[in-house]
Amino acid sequence: MSQTKPQKVKWVKPPKLGLLDQMYVPTVISGMATTVKHMVGTLIGTGTGRGNIQVQSYPEEKPKLPPHYRGVHRLNRDPEGRAKCVACYMCSTACPASCIDIVAAPSPWPDREKYPETFVIDELRCIYCGMCEQACPVDAIELTTIFDLTGLTREEMMFDKEKLLSVFDQTVAAGTDPVRTQPGRLGVASLPAAAGLTGSSSAQS
Amino acid sequence: MDWNALIPLLVTLITIAVILGGVLGGVAYLTLLERKVSAWVQDRYGPNRVGFDFGQSWLSFLRKMWGLGQPLADGAKFLLKEDVIPGHVDKVFFMLAPMIAMGTALFAMAVVSIGDTPAPPALVSVKPTAGQEKVGVNTLAFPATAEEARRLERTGELKSFIDKSDGYKKRWKFAISPGVDIGFLFIFAVGSLAVYGIVLGGWSSNNKYSLLGSLRSSAQMISYEIPMGLSVMGVLILVGSLNLERIVDWQARNGWLGIYQPTAFLLFLTAIFAECNRLPFDLPECEQELVGGYHTEYSSMKFAMFFLGEYTHMITTSFLTVALFLGGWHLPGLESFLGADSYVALAAKLGIFAAKVGGIIMLFMLVRWTILRFKFNQLMSLAWKGMMPLGVLSLLGAMFVGQFGWSPWWLLPWSIFILTLVTALGAFVPGDDPRVQLRIARGRSPSASGVVGGGRRAGAGAV
Repeated sequence: MSQTKPQKVKWVKPPKLGLLDQMYVPTVISGMATTVKHMVGTLIGTGTGRGNIQVQSYPEEKPKLPPHYRGVHRLNRDPEGRAKCVACYMCSTACPASCIDIVAAPSPWPDREKYPETFVIDELRCIYCGMCEQACPVDAIELTTIFDLTGLTREEMMFDKEKLLSVFDQTVAAGTDPVRTQPGRLGVASLPAAAGLTGSSSAQS
Repeated sequence: MDWNALIPLLVTLITIAVILGGVLGGVAYLTLLERKVSAWVQDRYGPNRVGFDFGQSWLSFLRKMWGLGQPLADGAKFLLKEDVIPGHVDKVFFMLAPMIAMGTALFAMAVVSIGDTPAPPALVSVKPTAGQEKVGVNTLAFPATAEEARRLERTGELKSFIDKSDGYKKRWKFAISPGVDIGFLFIFAVGSLAVYGIVLGGWSSNNKYSLLGSLRSSAQMISYEIPMGLSVMGVLILVGSLNLERIVDWQARNGWLGIYQPTAFLLFLTAIFAECNRLPFDLPECEQELVGGYHTEYSSMKFAMFFLGEYTHMITTSFLTVALFLGGWHLPGLESFLGADSYVALAAKLGIFAAKVGGIIMLFMLVRWTILRFKFNQLMSLAWKGMMPLGVLSLLGAMFVGQFGWSPWWLLPWSIFILTLVTALGAFVPGDDPRVQLRIARGRSPSASGVVGGGRRAGAGAV
């Protein structure tokens, strides 16, 4: 690499200051006015919730996250309350962190071949990339806006089917359904009509 | 044994306890205020979680409390943390440095009054000239000759002095050692020692960042002591005394010195910012370049002592500023309203003093978020090219007023005039233009380059 010649160095001249800027004091005073304006605005905001407060008091005020946020998973229920999942292993195949463990069993219902006997996601291992959500042919697995996931043991963070279904109930009750991320047709088990065809089918426990 | 002789000692001890406790408690809560103000300026809430419930459910009504428990938690953290002394340090000086930093800051509180403290009576032996009387110059001196002393006895001045002294003894005094005639000379002497704390801390740490920080700091503190001294000289000439109580008393009678000499006030304010190592002059500990500066190697309580020393310095210098330039406990019209010596008036004066000090401390904190940190060359050019000439000119005005007994109001237009003059002249001083610097470094005349001034010399002709 050739060295830069001194002639090629471009000297950038800083802007010229007027007498008022030279005196420094007026500019400092105008700067102080901005500082005080912010402080007073914030102090008003602290009491009334208005003003220019830019932060949230977290545990009391929950953030309003966008519906496509990728947080804790949920297993969706169909209108009859069963898990939509057809145990096709698409999600666990797509998963780059290999955190989804499914054991399939023959379905007790006529509208699908298999259903997951167990469905466990290791939430500590998950990288929340959302590829399971995209892979799912029946929109059974979705990532919700729940982000404050805590537990005292590693076992606690292994979310089984019941837990994942309860996340569905929780988000439906809270009205924070995630948006559907995958375009196009869904599998037959996801259709309400297909569920209706079966008529009498025992609800998933 | 004369038990009555012990009463002044007891009173002094109680005063020390109260003032020391007050200052240290104030320091603890200043750290909270600092964080709160920082947050407010940045549109945040600041620490608002730690109350006094200590995790106990039966104390739940003390939860939160706007974060008032934060200093307690911080203190507990500092005390319980491991105190690491690295193997490569000079142990004696390493331990000594934070003590000096904290101690010198506290020492200055000895002579600063915190409320209405009467000025000690002056023994007048020299006849004041008519002019000097007008500006209230105190001509105080003890009788120099035996003839003088006889004259004093004859005219009854000695008698009135003794009466005044008795009256003075009975008055309330809100100071640890009232009536110290070397007053702020003592504060300057002790304040200059603070640089030892930083230099020793940096040097004994045996770490290049610490050393750089302490070197910068010593250069900064020594440079800024000169404009500080020059700005205070004007006060000294007008009042004619170093005694802080007399200075406040003069201002109560003749008006605040900060109004007569705004330039000197501004210089003093700038200088104490530098003395306290506060932004925009916090080069000794600038995190971006020097990790932590002189306290890089310090941990736990020893670090906290540096930290608290800085805040204590802020409090003492704020008290000094208020006493020297803002009239101390004086508020126009207060005495006619509440009476001179009632307990209500004394309490009100304590409050006024505290409010003024609080205002200065608030200024410290707001300036921190307004002005950016200076570069080292800017820092030095501000002190030597900007503040020093201003200080000399300001002093010149005070000398004329003091000598010829003019009204101190003449100092106001003079102050504004010199501020404009020096800043305008600043445009013709070669500044930080890199081309100029380069030419100077190569031993060529800067004027030959054709770039004289015009560049941004941040603070070259500024205050």
